[in-house]
Amino acid sequence: MVLKIFFPQCCNTADSGLLVGRWIPGHNSAVVLAVIHYPFIPGQVKKYLSELQSQTQVDLTVLGSWSMPKEGQEGMDSFLKDLSTIFPQECWLQLSREIGKRGFTCQVVQNNGRLLQEQKNGDDKIVLIHYDQRKVMLSQLHPVQDVGQKSDVEASELGLVFQTVAQSQPLFLLDKYDDGPLKLSHWQSEGREASIIAELLKQASVPVCIFLTWLLSLWHWLCSFRILHLRPVLFISSKLSTCVQSGYRAVHFKTVFSPKKAATHMEFMRKANIFVSFLVDIALGLLLISWLYRENRISKLADTLVPVADVSMTHITSHLWKSLESRVAKELQELLEWLMGAPAGLKMNRALDQVLGRFFLYHIHLWISYIHLMSPFIERILWYVGLSGCLGLTFALSILSDIVALLTFHIYCFYVYGARLYCLKIYGLSSLWRLFRGKKWNVLRQRVDSCSYDLDQLFIGTLLFTILLFLLPTTALYYLVFTLLRLVMVLFQGVIHLSVDFINSLPLFAIGLRICRPYRLAEGVKFKVLCQEPGTPLHLMMEINPLKCSSVLQCYRTPTYSCYPKDSWAALCKKLFVGELIYPWKQKTAKTD
Amino acid sequence: MRGCFLLLTPLVISMAEEEFTDINGNSISLDCQTHSDFCREFTVTSPKLSLRKVMVYTCFVWLFAYAVFFFTENTAVLSSAIILTLAGMMIHIHFVKVDHETLLIIGSLGVQLSSSYASGRESTIFIEMNKLKDIVINEAVYMHSIIYYLCILIKDPADPETVTSVVPLFQSSNPRLNCLVQVYRSCQEILAQSR
Repeated sequence: MVLKIFFPQCCNTADSGLLVGRWIPGHNSAVVLAVIHYPFIPGQVKKYLSELQSQTQVDLTVLGSWSMPKEGQEGMDSFLKDLSTIFPQECWLQLSREIGKRGFTCQVVQNNGRLLQEQKNGDDKIVLIHYDQRKVMLSQLHPVQDVGQKSDVEASELGLVFQTVAQSQPLFLLDKYDDGPLKLSHWQSEGREASIIAELLKQASVPVCIFLTWLLSLWHWLCSFRILHLRPVLFISSKLSTCVQSGYRAVHFKTVFSPKKAATHMEFMRKANIFVSFLVDIALGLLLISWLYRENRISKLADTLVPVADVSMTHITSHLWKSLESRVAKELQELLEWLMGAPAGLKMNRALDQVLGRFFLYHIHLWISYIHLMSPFIERILWYVGLSGCLGLTFALSILSDIVALLTFHIYCFYVYGARLYCLKIYGLSSLWRLFRGKKWNVLRQRVDSCSYDLDQLFIGTLLFTILLFLLPTTALYYLVFTLLRLVMVLFQGVIHLSVDFINSLPLFAIGLRICRPYRLAEGVKFKVLCQEPGTPLHLMMEINPLKCSSVLQCYRTPTYSCYPKDSWAALCKKLFVGELIYPWKQKTAKTD
Repeated sequence: MRGCFLLLTPLVISMAEEEFTDINGNSISLDCQTHSDFCREFTVTSPKLSLRKVMVYTCFVWLFAYAVFFFTENTAVLSSAIILTLAGMMIHIHFVKVDHETLLIIGSLGVQLSSSYASGRESTIFIEMNKLKDIVINEAVYMHSIIYYLCILIKDPADPETVTSVVPLFQSSNPRLNCLVQVYRSCQEILAQSR
């Protein structure tokens, strides 16, 4: 079997000393974590290692000796051999390196004193794998597994190596520049990085989190009032996307600002993603506000819609509102006039046409008068509503979607009237068609059976069938027109919801991490064979293979309440044909992947 | 001074380079390097991007663009043809054209597959030894021909008898059976040692 030794790159030029690390069980490999330099007292080394073992849950041991002889240190070799008696091990590694040569030499001494193999022999069975300690410590292998899920033998060797280095963080706190009894060499010896701003932020974050959690509990207390739990209020708030979005954001807020530290990698990434997406959302919202509320933009918009262009803001919003509403209502009126005439050259049934047309026109008249009643208050409301964009772009989009839904409520009502009428007509027609052929729908057996009708039943049935049949084109046309309008509205709302969902679920922190610090998210490793001299074992360089961008998105996507189409295309077409009411977007509540 | 190691491999123990053909008849070359008893590296190099083909395609596209310009008198056609050609060429050399594929097998550690594209980009996968069941040559019926390909059988360490997936090797260079047999024999020697 080949013995694999994982050696950190930072220890390549370390002075002679003891190798400290861990033997990976079941895989015949060892991970070197640090080098303890001379002079040391063996008792203190053993004590320190047992302290660290209890602290980190990693079984650290002395693996062997490392010798890089400098000038005037010739007697080291024999001294190093004697060390194996002080630290009894099954296998004692003796790595040595000479200045001027590139390769290491390695000897393995077994418990009974015999060498595992001769150095001079051609068939070395040792591999030295060099790794960058800091990067491996910070990196996370994907797919992420829970700690302790699999037994060590089945777990992957590389996973265990990464885990060992990551869990040995307390070992890296002391190094050779500290005034302690032991002098260690590891990645921190190359220079410790620290930033005052990062430290201050860490200190300040705990009280800020506590304060924000208190604010959130206040909000929850407000929301728990009995009056808000009445059925009609609940129903309306479940339909308005603003309320849904605010509830969703409150949950996020709670996750991010909870004073508890994130235990696992996934929790940490989720918190970070939510926090960054929150910040970006608010930044985009503020950008939108600054764009909307600039004088020249709003006036340009008003110019295209209103003949008279006013300068002040309140006048502009009121004109905008009135012109928009009256325009929509006017368009609908023109549409109905067209339908009441001879639309697209089709000849309608005059009486039914007039009835339906007048019915819908009266509705529009009611709607317009209602809007005119509301118009003095609308401009103020609109101005304040526009300010809500500072809570985030998603809020602004949700409010836009709600406003559009409210504005086009009459279109929704018309669609329902038209659909119900059409649906009744279709059912009547199908039932009378069965009568025409002498059949009947058997409710008990849920199938069509033959039936003998009386003559007068047949006579009336046929008459009604003929009437319904010849009135079908008129009703069908009204239904078609209003369904198309409704579908346009549904499509528009769907697009807005999709973009809100996109902003909510995009893991910006993970993407940023992948771009700026690709070693943090590792899909695997890469090996390169390093040039060697004859007589030295094989040297490999292990580098981190970063995760692909598509896997980053898939793995770290925040779960949302996204709307998916409830029906397939075929089911949708069937519903449209029969006249059933369609609600194409189904909302999922906090579905986890 | 940090211990930096050279990444060249001129001092390896033995290397051999031979000429083979791929399944379409183009000539490829196989390069075997033996770094140690239990570590070997095989590199299959595809033929380089042919300059003549590039010139032919570019001229074709630009002549077509000129013809359209002649009829429509719109210079946007010409600029869009130029942009299209450049973008197409960049996408081709960065994502499509594979320069060489490498198989590095290290006994009792694992197998590394790496594809290097014409623009220098490298994409690497490493498969650990406990996930690797075997390396075999499979036959496949493709349209009117039967081709041979080398593949790695992957197993789940918890269930060593079932093959969970198959990873085919040298997908872009597609060497023929004589080349594959050489690689297969070398790999089996190393796998036999680590069992």
